Amino acid sequence: MLTMTEVKKIFRTDLVETHALRDFNLQVDEGEFVAVTGPSGSGKTTFLNIAGLLETFEGGKYELDGQDVSRLNDKKRSQLRNEKIGFIFQSFNLIPDLNLFDNVDVPLRYRGFKGAERKKRIEESLELVGLANRMKHLPSQLSGGQQQRVAIARALAGNPRFLLADEPTGNLDSKMALSVLELLKQINDQGTTIVMVTHDQHLATQAKRNIYVRDGRVSELSELTDINEINLHQAANG
Amino acid sequence: MFTYYLRLAFKSIKRNPILSALMITAIGLGIGASMTTVTVNYLMSANPIPHKSEQLFYVQLDSWSQFEPAREPNEPPDQITWTEATNLMQAKQAFRQTAMASTGGVIEPTGQDDKPFMASIRLAFSDFFPMFDAPFLFGNGWSENNDTNRDYVVVISKATNERVFGGENSVGRTIRIVGENFRVVGVLDDWVLVPRFYDVTTGAFDETEEVFMPFYMKQELELSNGGNTNCWKSPEGEGFIAFLQSECVNYQMWVELRDQNEKDQYMDFLNNYVNEQKALGRFARPLNNRLSNVMEWMEIEEVVADDAQIMMWVSFMFLLVCLLNTIGLLLAKFTGKASEIGLRRAVGASKTDLFIQHLVETACIGVAGGILGLGLAFLGLEGIKSLYGEFVQNLVGLDFTMMASAILLALVSSILAGMYPTWRACNIAPASQLKSQ
Repeated sequence: MLTMTEVKKIFRTDLVETHALRDFNLQVDEGEFVAVTGPSGSGKTTFLNIAGLLETFEGGKYELDGQDVSRLNDKKRSQLRNEKIGFIFQSFNLIPDLNLFDNVDVPLRYRGFKGAERKKRIEESLELVGLANRMKHLPSQLSGGQQQRVAIARALAGNPRFLLADEPTGNLDSKMALSVLELLKQINDQGTTIVMVTHDQHLATQAKRNIYVRDGRVSELSELTDINEINLHQAANG
Repeated sequence: MFTYYLRLAFKSIKRNPILSALMITAIGLGIGASMTTVTVNYLMSANPIPHKSEQLFYVQLDSWSQFEPAREPNEPPDQITWTEATNLMQAKQAFRQTAMASTGGVIEPTGQDDKPFMASIRLAFSDFFPMFDAPFLFGNGWSENNDTNRDYVVVISKATNERVFGGENSVGRTIRIVGENFRVVGVLDDWVLVPRFYDVTTGAFDETEEVFMPFYMKQELELSNGGNTNCWKSPEGEGFIAFLQSECVNYQMWVELRDQNEKDQYMDFLNNYVNEQKALGRFARPLNNRLSNVMEWMEIEEVVADDAQIMMWVSFMFLLVCLLNTIGLLLAKFTGKASEIGLRRAVGASKTDLFIQHLVETACIGVAGGILGLGLAFLGLEGIKSLYGEFVQNLVGLDFTMMASAILLALVSSILAGMYPTWRACNIAPASQLKSQ
C-alpha cells in the first residue's frame, strides 16, 4: 500500500543543511494501523508530509498503492491526495466561517462529485462521528473533541484508503483523546489504513504496529506494547 | 465550481470587512477618477456622425499671406473668405455642399407678454440639413430656390419653437428675427451633436443653433460676424461690402463626396480654382488646399484639449497607485488565509484550483470597486458640470458603453492586481501551514 525505499529529505537554508530523512525505509500494508513515535525533530512529521504528498523528497522511491509518486505533477499529486488520502491534524484545521457541512464538503468539491452525492457522503460521515445533528453549527460552537471529530469526518468523506493523522489527540484532554482513538480504531476495523504520528506512548500502544523514528531513520517496535519496554528499547538504541 | 468559488469569495469578503472595504475603496477611487476623465475624453473625441463621417469633408484653401502661413508649419487658414464661400457654392462641384457662418440676432415673439430674446443663428445653404442629418420635428429644410432667391425662410430649433409658438407645429407661420419677418419652413427635433463638428472654430461643444437661415441673408441683412474672424490684410475700404470682399476669413465650407473618385475630382476643382485666382493676383502661396473628413478635422482642430488628455493620463497613474495599494492589501489578506490554503491543498486542491478560487475573489472585489467607481465617476462628472456650467452639459454623462467599460476596467485591473498575491497564495507550502496553525 505505502512503500518508501531509501527516501531522503534535506531542508536547506543559506547556512545549514538539515537531513530530515536519511535512507528512510518503510512498508505499510493495507488495513494496518501504524503509530509513528520518536523525539522532536526526528523526522516524523516530514515522513507524514511526504507520505501525504504535501512535500517532495530528494532521493529514493515512494510508491503509493503501487504508483511511483516521485514524478507526478501538481495536478496528479493533488488528485491522488484527494482520492486516496485523508488527513487529520493536531489543530483540526477546520475553516472557521464554514459550518460543519461545508467543512466536510471541502475535499468532495475537488473530487467533482455532484450535489446529491456530496450531501449523502457528508451526512454519512457526520453520522459516523456522531455530529449529524450539528451540521449547521460553526466550528467555534463545538468543543475541541467535537472539532476533531469533524476533521475525521472530513477526512473520511471521500472514502480514502489511507488516513494520515498528525498528533490527532495533541490538543485534547485524555478523555476526549481516548474517544478519538476509539473512533480511529473503529475506522481501521472497517478497512481503512491508518498511519498516526504521536508523542503519546500510551496512544501508540493502541495501534497494531509501532515504528520509532530517530534521526530520520526507522526502527520497528511492533513487538513492544508496554511503555516501559519502549523506553528500554529507546535507551538501548542510544 | 464557479458558483462554489463565488460563495467562498463572498464569505472571504465578509470575513475581513475592513480589509475588503479598503480594497474596494482603493479600486473605486482609481476607477472613479479614471472614468471621469476617460468619459470626458471619450465624448470629446467621439465620432458625431459615424455613418457618413468619411464622406463629409471640410474645405481649406490657402489664401493667406505669401510671407507667413496662417499657422505653423504650413497650415492653411481654418476658414475661408466670403468670396471663396460664394464662388465654391455657385460652382456646385460636389454632390452636396454648404458654406456657413454664425451670427446672432433678436427674436421678437408675437405674444404681448413675451419679451424679445437673443438667439444664435447659423447661416447655411439648403444642403446643410441633409448633409448633417438634421432631425425634423415639423416641416423640412428650405429649398435651393430659397437660397438663390434669398427668400426669408427659417428653420428653428425645438426650444425656439416652444418659446415662440408654445411647441405647436409652426410651419408656415411667421417669426420676426433681426427686425424682419421670416416664414418658418421647418422645426428641428432635439439635435445634440457632441462635438458640434460642423463648426468647431468657435466652440466645439456648444449647442446647435436656435435659428437656421439662408446664407445670403448675411449680405441681405448685413448680419454681424459670429465666431472667429481672421485677416492677413485689412479690408480695402470701409463698410460691410468692403469687408465681404476682403481677404478676411469667417466662413466654413463643407462638401459631401461619396467616394474617392468624387474626392479626387473635387480636389482637382479646388486646385484649378486657386490657380485661376492666382492668375487674378490672389492666393500668393503655393497650392495648399485640404479636404479633411470629420474625424481628421476634429484632430486638426484639436477638439480634444491637451489638458483633458493630460488629466486622463494623470488619473490612470492614480489608478495604478490604487492598484498597487490593492496588491499590498491582497497580499495581507491572502497571507492571513495561509492555513486555509494549506488545508485546501492537503485535501486535494491543485494550485490551479486555488488560483481560480482567489482570482474569482479578486474579481468580485474588482466588480464591487467598479460599481463604487461608477458612482464616484457620476459624482465627478456632476462636479465638472457644476464647475464649468452649461457649456459642458452635452459633454458629461455616462452612457452604457462607459458604464460597461468602467466595470470591465475594474475587473481587468483587479485581476491584474490580484495575479501576484494569488500566485503567492497558491505557492504557500501546505505542510508548514498545517503544522503551525
